[in-house]
Amino acid sequence: MSASETIDKYHADTAAPAASAGWRLPWRPSPGAVALFLIAIPISIPILVVLFHLIAPDIEVWNHLRRTRLGEYVSHSLWLMVGVGIGVLLIGIPTAWLTARYDFFAKRTLVWGLMLPLAMPAYIVAYAYIGVMDFSGPLQSLIRDLTGWGFGDYWFPQIKSLTGAVFILSMVFYPYVYLLARSAFLEQSASLYEVAQLSRGAQRNPLSRLINSGFMRVGLPLARPAIVAGLMLALMETLADYGTVHAFGLTTLTTGIFRSWYGLGQIEAAAQLAGVLTIFVLALLVLERTSRRRAAYHHPRAIRPIEPIKLTGWRSLGAFTVCLLPILFGFLIPVLQLGSWSLINSERFLDQNFIRLALNTLGLAAAAALLIVSIAIAIVALKRARPSRLRQAITDIATMGYAIPGAVIAVGVFISLGYFDNAIDGWMRDSFGISTGLLLSGTLVALLFAYAVRFMSLGVFSVDAGMARLRPTMLDAARALGHSPSSVLFRVTLPMIRRSLLTAGLLVFVEVLKELPATLVLRPFNFNTLAVRTFELANDEMLIEAAIPALTIVVIGLLPVILLSRAMTKGNNAGC
Amino acid sequence: MKFKLSALLGLSLLTGVATAAEVNVYSGRAEVFIKPLLEQFTQETGIKVNLLSAKDDALIARMRSEGRNSPADVLLTADVGRLLRAEQDGLLQAVESEVLEQRIPAQYRADSNMWFGFTMRARPIMVATDRVAPDAISSYEELADAKWKGKICIRSSDNVYNQSFIAAMIAHHGTEKTEQWVKQFVSNFARPPSGGDRDQIRAVAAGECDITLANTYYLAGMLNSDDATERALAEKITVIWPNQDSYGVHVNISGAGVARYARNRDEAIRLLEFMTSDSAQVQYAQSNHEYPVVEGVAISETLQKFGQFKADDLKLDQLGAYNAEAVRIMDRAGWR
Repeated sequence: MSASETIDKYHADTAAPAASAGWRLPWRPSPGAVALFLIAIPISIPILVVLFHLIAPDIEVWNHLRRTRLGEYVSHSLWLMVGVGIGVLLIGIPTAWLTARYDFFAKRTLVWGLMLPLAMPAYIVAYAYIGVMDFSGPLQSLIRDLTGWGFGDYWFPQIKSLTGAVFILSMVFYPYVYLLARSAFLEQSASLYEVAQLSRGAQRNPLSRLINSGFMRVGLPLARPAIVAGLMLALMETLADYGTVHAFGLTTLTTGIFRSWYGLGQIEAAAQLAGVLTIFVLALLVLERTSRRRAAYHHPRAIRPIEPIKLTGWRSLGAFTVCLLPILFGFLIPVLQLGSWSLINSERFLDQNFIRLALNTLGLAAAAALLIVSIAIAIVALKRARPSRLRQAITDIATMGYAIPGAVIAVGVFISLGYFDNAIDGWMRDSFGISTGLLLSGTLVALLFAYAVRFMSLGVFSVDAGMARLRPTMLDAARALGHSPSSVLFRVTLPMIRRSLLTAGLLVFVEVLKELPATLVLRPFNFNTLAVRTFELANDEMLIEAAIPALTIVVIGLLPVILLSRAMTKGNNAGC
Repeated sequence: MKFKLSALLGLSLLTGVATAAEVNVYSGRAEVFIKPLLEQFTQETGIKVNLLSAKDDALIARMRSEGRNSPADVLLTADVGRLLRAEQDGLLQAVESEVLEQRIPAQYRADSNMWFGFTMRARPIMVATDRVAPDAISSYEELADAKWKGKICIRSSDNVYNQSFIAAMIAHHGTEKTEQWVKQFVSNFARPPSGGDRDQIRAVAAGECDITLANTYYLAGMLNSDDATERALAEKITVIWPNQDSYGVHVNISGAGVARYARNRDEAIRLLEFMTSDSAQVQYAQSNHEYPVVEGVAISETLQKFGQFKADDLKLDQLGAYNAEAVRIMDRAGWR
C-alpha cells in the first residue's frame, strides 16, 4: 500500500459510515473491495445459479402462471409480510422496552422466556396449533361436547388461514425484534433520557405524553437500526417459509416455486418465481436503506447505564401480562401439545438413536455458527473500512439467501458443487488418469456451504448493527494511537461488540438446529439430524410420533437461548 | 469437528475404491419406513446399505448434478411419476432380472426395465358412515354431481397423489372432459383445500364434510394409532371402491430403479430382487398398510377389512406423461 493510499484510507475510515464514496472504477478496485468480492461471491453463486434460469424464460409456462396463479401467490406473500411485520413489531418492541427499562413481577424469568419461541421450528408450531384448533381437535370437541352443537352451529377461528399463518409466524419470529431492540435499549445511556425528560415539560394528554415520552423521543429513534434489522430478519424468514403455509394449505410464492418445480416439472418457472421473491427482498433492503439515509446512530455508549424503573401494583401486573402472552402462545401452548402427544408414545423414545441424532445436530449447528460469524466479521469490517455503494451492493448480494427457501438454495448448492467436482474430476482424468470423484458434493462441507449461503444475513445484520452503534471517534482514537486497521478490529471493535457477535452466533446456531430442506437433500449418507427425523414423521402425518424429536430440538435450542439471555444481562453490567 | 471434516474429505476421495460389499440408496421414502427392510436385507445378504432419504424431486435433481460421479446405486421413490422423470432424465439403467420379471406384474414395471414397482397405493373414496350410504356413489365421475355441493373435502392439488389421480383421469377421458369434470368437482368443495389426507379424513369424521379421497394407508394408520381420539375418528369412515364396473380404483406405486452410473450394480439388483421377496413384501404390507404387488402375499388385517377391489389397469407410464397437464387443469379450475 502506498503512502498516499494509506492516508486516503485513513480519511475514508474516519468518515461517518453513511458517507458514500460512490462507485469505484472497475479497472482499479481497492484491495478491500477485491477481498470483499472474493468472500461474498462464492456465497452468492448458488443463488445466482438458480436465478440464471431467468435469462432463458419459458414464456408459455410463465403466461400460464400469470393467467392462473401468480396474482394469488404475490398477494398472499405480500399480505403475509405486512401482517407478520406488524405482528413482530407490536410484540417485539413493547416487550423489549418493558424488560430493558423497568423492573416488575417475574421480569428475570420473562427476559429469557421471551426468547424461547426462537427454539421452535415454525412448521412444528403450525402442526401443534392445527392439533389444538382444528375442528376435530380438543378445543372444538370440548365446545361441542359441552353444548351439543354440530358443525356450522358456532363460529370458531380457522387456524388454517392467512390470519392463522400471520399469527403463527409472528409468534415464532418476534424474538428477532425483541432481541435486537432490547440490546439496543440496554446500550442507551441514561443521560440521553434525562435530556429528553428536561425538555419535555408537563403533559396532560396521554397521547402527547406518549409522543413526548423518552421512548418515542430517544429510545425508539436510537434503537431503530436494531429494530429494523430484527424486522428484516423476520420478514425474510416469512418470505422463505414453506413449512407453515404448506401445512395450512395456503398458496404463496414459496409453495408456487415447489408446485412449478415438482408438479409442472419446470425448474425455469420455479426459478422465475424465486426471482420474484428475490425482487421482494431487494425492495426490502432498499426501503430500509432509504429510510435511514443520512442518519447517524452512534452515541455515547452506556457511560452511565440506565437504572430500571421499579413498577408496582397493577402496572407491574400489566407489564407481566404483556410479556407473558407471547411466551404463552409462541412457546407454552405448542410445547404442551407436543408434550401430550409424546406422552402417548413415550416408550419409543429410547428405541431411536437419539444421542447420535442430537450430537450430529449440535456439531453441525456449532460449526455453522463459528464459520458464519467469522465470515460475517470479515464482510462487515471490509464493508465499513471504506463505505461505498459497490461494497454495499456486494454485501447485499451475500445476504440475499435468507429470504430464499432452503430447498431452492440446496438446488443451487448441488448444481454449483456438482459442476465444480465434475470439472476437477474431468481435468484429473484427462491429465493424470486419476478420478477424484465428488470432492465436496455429499459431504458436510456442502452442508456448511449451504448454511453459509442461507444464514449469512443473520451474521452480517447482527455484526453490522453492533458496529453501527460504536462511536467512530473511539476507533479514530485507536488509529491515531498508531494501531493498524486490523489491530483496531481485533483489539477494539470486536471486544466492544462481543455481545452482537454472540447474538449472531447463537441465532445461526438455533437456525441451523431447525433448518430442514437444505439439510435433507445435501446431507451425506447415513447422516441424520433431529429436524430431519421430525420432518419425515410429520410429513407422513405421524404428528404424534414426530412430537418427541420436535421436543428434543426445542430442548437443545433452549441451551443457546439461555446463554444468549445470560450474556445479555452480564454484558450490560460489565460496561466499558 | 475439523478432524471429522477432513476425515470425510479423505473418505470422499476414496469413494472410487470398493471395500466390503455395499449399496448406496437414494430414497424418497422416509427412513422410518424403509430402514427395517434395508436392515433385513443386510442381515440376509451381508451387503451394507448406505441410506440418504429426502424428497424424490430433490434427489433426482441432486443425481442430475452429480453426473457420472454420483454415488447413488438405487433410486427409491414413493410415486411412479418421479421414477418416470428419472428415466426421462437418463438417470436410470435397464436391468435384466428374471426374478423381477416373474414376481412383478407387467403393469407395475417399466417396459424399458428401468424401474419396478414394489407396493401399490390405492386412492378410493372415503365417506362418513352415518351420512352417506355406501351405494350412494359408485364412481369418481359422480363426485362432480351437484348433489354433493359443499360436501367434499380434499387436500391441495400441490400434492402428487392428486396430480397422479387427475393424470389418470386424463388418460381415461382426455383433457377436455377431465377439465370439465375438475371444474364441477372443485365447485363441490366444502372448504378451500388445507392439510394432508389425514386432515381430510378427520374433517369427514368430524362432520365438516361428508366425502374425501385419500390413500388407504392413511386411514389404516389412523385405525392403528396410539391415540384413542384418532382411532375413534377413523372408525366413523367407510371406504367406497369406485369404478368397479369400469376402469377400477386409482392406484399409484412405490418402486425403484438402478442408477445409470451405479458402481455397485450387482448389489443394487440384489436389493431390488429382495424387495419382491415374500418376506419383504409382507413387511411392507404389514408395517405401512400398502398393497404388495406380488400376487399371493397377504395384506394387513386392517386392509382386509376395507375389502377387495379392482385396481385401475392403466399402464403407469401414462401418469407421468400427463402430470404437467393435470397440474395446469387444476390451476385453471382454481383447485388450490
